[in-house]
Amino acid sequence: MLKVFWCILTRDITLALRRRTDVLTTLFFFVIVVSLFPLGVGSERELLRLLGPGVVWVAALLASMLALERLFAADYDDGTLEQLLLAGQPLSLLVLAKVVAHWLLTGLPLVVIAPLMAMQYSLEPIAILVMMAALALGTPVLSLLGAIGAALTLGLRGGGILLSLLILPLYIPVLVYGAGAVSVSVVEIADTQPYFSLLGAFLVAALILAPPASAAALRISME
Amino acid sequence: MKINWFKYASPASFYPLAGQLVPKFAAVAAVLVLIGLYVGFFHTADQLGGSNPQKEYYRIIFVHVPTAWMSMWLYLVLAGWSAIGLVFNTRLSFMMANAVAPTGAIFTFLALWTGALWGRPSWGTYWDWDPRLTSELILFFLYIGYMALHSAIDDSRRADRAAALLAIVGVVMLPIIYWSINCPDPNNCAALHQRSDPGSIHASILIPMLLITLGFWSYSFATAFMRLRDIILTREADSAWVRDMLLEARADTGGGSGTSSGVPAGAGRGAV
Amino acid sequence: MQDFLGQGGFAFYVWSAFGMTFGLLLAEVLVLRRHHRTILQRVGRLVRLRKQNQPPGEPK
Repeated sequence: MLKVFWCILTRDITLALRRRTDVLTTLFFFVIVVSLFPLGVGSERELLRLLGPGVVWVAALLASMLALERLFAADYDDGTLEQLLLAGQPLSLLVLAKVVAHWLLTGLPLVVIAPLMAMQYSLEPIAILVMMAALALGTPVLSLLGAIGAALTLGLRGGGILLSLLILPLYIPVLVYGAGAVSVSVVEIADTQPYFSLLGAFLVAALILAPPASAAALRISME
Repeated sequence: MKINWFKYASPASFYPLAGQLVPKFAAVAAVLVLIGLYVGFFHTADQLGGSNPQKEYYRIIFVHVPTAWMSMWLYLVLAGWSAIGLVFNTRLSFMMANAVAPTGAIFTFLALWTGALWGRPSWGTYWDWDPRLTSELILFFLYIGYMALHSAIDDSRRADRAAALLAIVGVVMLPIIYWSINCPDPNNCAALHQRSDPGSIHASILIPMLLITLGFWSYSFATAFMRLRDIILTREADSAWVRDMLLEARADTGGGSGTSSGVPAGAGRGAV
Repeated sequence: MQDFLGQGGFAFYVWSAFGMTFGLLLAEVLVLRRHHRTILQRVGRLVRLRKQNQPPGEPK
């Protein structure tokens, strides 16, 4: 079973690395959105320091949502998805493999580039570290939840915009605690640990519950 | 009297029953709401003076609280019928969920509208990111998402099941979303947490509120059944029972458009 | 009467809250009734068309 998981994971990553533009588009979307805010609200340093955590998180939300549309689309178009459904392996596991591959390609780059973005908002080094850790815990949850929406809107016209309507409200808890952790880390006496416990709990819950839900959604969409 | 409930699980036999129930629920709703409004406007004057003086705008809660309660309750109903539909694979359950959604969205919108109008005189602003109002806003998004997904899918079977799954995911996420909005800082949750204990509300306020809530509840039944009948008709347009019913109604009324008023009493007001 | 309509100076807030609520609920019922009538007409027309095109005595 682990072999199947590994097989799909490496396949998806290999395929994506052959078409690098998809990965880079998501990344640059994130960079552009974050860079636009100082132009819109003014470049006052205190203001940017206050806004920074929230802006970076909202941009991460939008970027990871934008990439979701492609999670199942290519496999759906060329019929691979149908084969996966008939493969005789637990579908949740296959979905999980695809989500992990998707996160490695779209979520992880966001975590890596986040320090650069944080510097634009003149955040403290400690806040930058907290932001990277929070993004590392939070973005997998976004990918896992988003997979449900991607499976539900599979093959619909205007699926991308519909997907955002379905999924963005569900991202709120991650946004609240992800951005909250970064904001709080600036205050010296405050403790960021409860935020990370909550984000970790979300991740565990999403790992358990989201793949079966996405699998059920795929079955509904493919029958 | 023994009622065979399973008989009504099929759209063909539920259609006339729903038609008979609509006017009854509508009448009950109108009576309850009118009594509630009368009590609320003319028998709560004691709230204006005395130890706990209120300004006249407190009357907004007679619609604000019932609409907010209904919006949440109807989302639970929606998710409940969706779950029943997915588990037992019954068409009528999906139709039921579908019929409830627009009414729920309307109540959610009204809760936001009346909440803003309450906020302006009491907090000095229409919108305050108050946790309860924010939760209503998110609930509104969830209703819109459900209806958008359902209408985006042409195949009615896939639309029913996909939207049902979304409703269930939504109902699982709702407590987490509510909680994260209510307590954005896990270090000191207790201070931020808002409580409203129904026992602490004065009886003269509570009674009209409950009356109007029950009225809205009855109203929701009426509109849900009206919408359910339309959904059944459109989906079963090809079936024999719809054909027979419509031809019969036409023969009875001599070519009328088939509104309920022209049908003889023996056939029952709800037959068409 | 004047006092009642004035609502102690909060007429705008009170009446727009109640007006929107009951206006919208009433509108929903009216729209649903009209919708029901159009659906009945449409489905009825379909049914009659099919009956005309189907010669009597022939099984469906």
